[in-house]
Amino acid sequence: MGLLSSVFKKDDQQKSADVAKAEITKKEVKPVVDKITVGHVHMSGCTGCLVSLADNYGGLLTILDKYADLVYGLTLADVRHIPKMDVALVEGSVCINDKLSVEEIKQTREKAAIVVAVGGCASYGNITRFCRGGQQNQPQHESFLPIGDLIKVDVYIPGCAPTPQMIRNVCIMAYLLLKGSPEQKALATNYLKPLMMAAQKGTSACFCDLMTEVINQGLCMGCGSCAAACPVRAITHEFGKPQGTRDLCIKCGACYNQCPRSWFSFDVVPEYESIMELIDTVMK
Amino acid sequence: MGAELGKYKSCVSARSTDKTILAGAQDGGIVTTLFAYALAEGIIDGAIVAGPGDDPWRPRPMVATTYEELMAARGTKYNISPNVSFIKEATRSYGLDKVGIVGTPCQMQAVRKGQLYPIGLRDVSDKIALAIGIFCMENFPYQSIVQLAEDHAAMSLESVKKMEIGKGKFTFMSERGAVVPLPLKVTHKYEQPGCHVCLDYVANLADVSCGSVGSPDGWSTVFVRSKKGDDIWAKSVAAGCFETKAIDSVKPGLELVTKLANEKIGKNQKTVDERKTFGVGKGLRIPYI
Repeated sequence: MGLLSSVFKKDDQQKSADVAKAEITKKEVKPVVDKITVGHVHMSGCTGCLVSLADNYGGLLTILDKYADLVYGLTLADVRHIPKMDVALVEGSVCINDKLSVEEIKQTREKAAIVVAVGGCASYGNITRFCRGGQQNQPQHESFLPIGDLIKVDVYIPGCAPTPQMIRNVCIMAYLLLKGSPEQKALATNYLKPLMMAAQKGTSACFCDLMTEVINQGLCMGCGSCAAACPVRAITHEFGKPQGTRDLCIKCGACYNQCPRSWFSFDVVPEYESIMELIDTVMK
Repeated sequence: MGAELGKYKSCVSARSTDKTILAGAQDGGIVTTLFAYALAEGIIDGAIVAGPGDDPWRPRPMVATTYEELMAARGTKYNISPNVSFIKEATRSYGLDKVGIVGTPCQMQAVRKGQLYPIGLRDVSDKIALAIGIFCMENFPYQSIVQLAEDHAAMSLESVKKMEIGKGKFTFMSERGAVVPLPLKVTHKYEQPGCHVCLDYVANLADVSCGSVGSPDGWSTVFVRSKKGDDIWAKSVAAGCFETKAIDSVKPGLELVTKLANEKIGKNQKTVDERKTFGVGKGLRIPYI
């Protein structure tokens, strides 16, 4: 008994110490109270976009620490129904043969102030455009639409997978847009403008956009951005102009949106030095 | 300083002190010497340059990681080398953490857009260690160069030793000493159409930009623009890589650079504006927002 009582006694002491500790921690104030709320809505995608978000490594923790609360996210937040939020990052296209997916994307539009299509599937359909159904265990799932075909989308982040840096930049700019000083709001507006224009432009993408919108329009100068951006190496150069292998193209929209002659902002790009410094500072 | 020359911290006329580089350089050997210095000092791990391709005078983008490779890429080729196409590959297959890249003003725009909007350029943004821009009035497709050399200058491309645009002429020089200056009036129609909407003459978005205009023969005009560029340029000059002269001490100086910049921007702005009403009630797309 002596031994046991000493053990219990120790435990009691430990407990009271824990309580005292807990009381102290309770007093801790949230370092930033004015965070924005962000949710990750998973439609029909491969989770590559979410992995890309996570590939910001320490940067993701900084974002969650200082600027954004993750209020919804498959496996990441224990929330069953789509809550009200400032920014919804939507990954994947919508399977219209699945009632719940359709319901959830509609709810996302109702609950979120800003809807961001993250990645090629949400923006342009991407590889889900090639779906013909017949997959276990839901063979009838064969019709997938980019979210912009069902709801109004505010911002696109094209690419397959979208890059960690691009997702990070949009998160920071969304924060500055909602919580920043007037100058920061202006910067964020300018930065997001082309991505908002991309969202208004349409829901389909292909290597052909480079042909119809850049080369055919007499705008291509052969810099090579498209070939560098293509995730499937479908683009080479012939006569100094991009040449796509159509069978390889997955319709992610990376090439067209990376092209400096698809859209180019003289308000933003010439300020690259200060903007990159700003991003470095806020991520510290 | 007007907007036509972009933002810059300093501007000088300079020439490499490396005689081997100068022997094959277009003008002052600035790009090769600066990359060679940065490579030797570990400021960059390699540089994307316009290296030799399969046909004479047809450049191919190349990741140079040695002095010898840089030497092979000296000189201006006056046709398209899609250098930006290697920008992600350089950080992957070549494993470079600090990338150097040389390019025309439009390619510098592409690099900076790519850093701020890395749509398909994963993990590239923070790896651009030195972007050198070259002055550019316009570029030519390879077939145009073939036509100009063979039909207008009556030289086979294999025998061309050097090409040069300056003083209102596109000059072809052969190995055997023939010099054929073509008036730019003749060469204009061979220009790449995409160049006619470009609003940048002196690579405003490069870390360091350079070109022959404004400096005496064999020298280059150098604009030092960014913090990175300023740091690397100062170190390379201190290391004795370059002879420099104050830009206001040389002829023709900045006055000519400004004049040509305004000519290009003025002409191309007009082209951009005309695109709005190109057809009947229909216009062409304008990329600038």
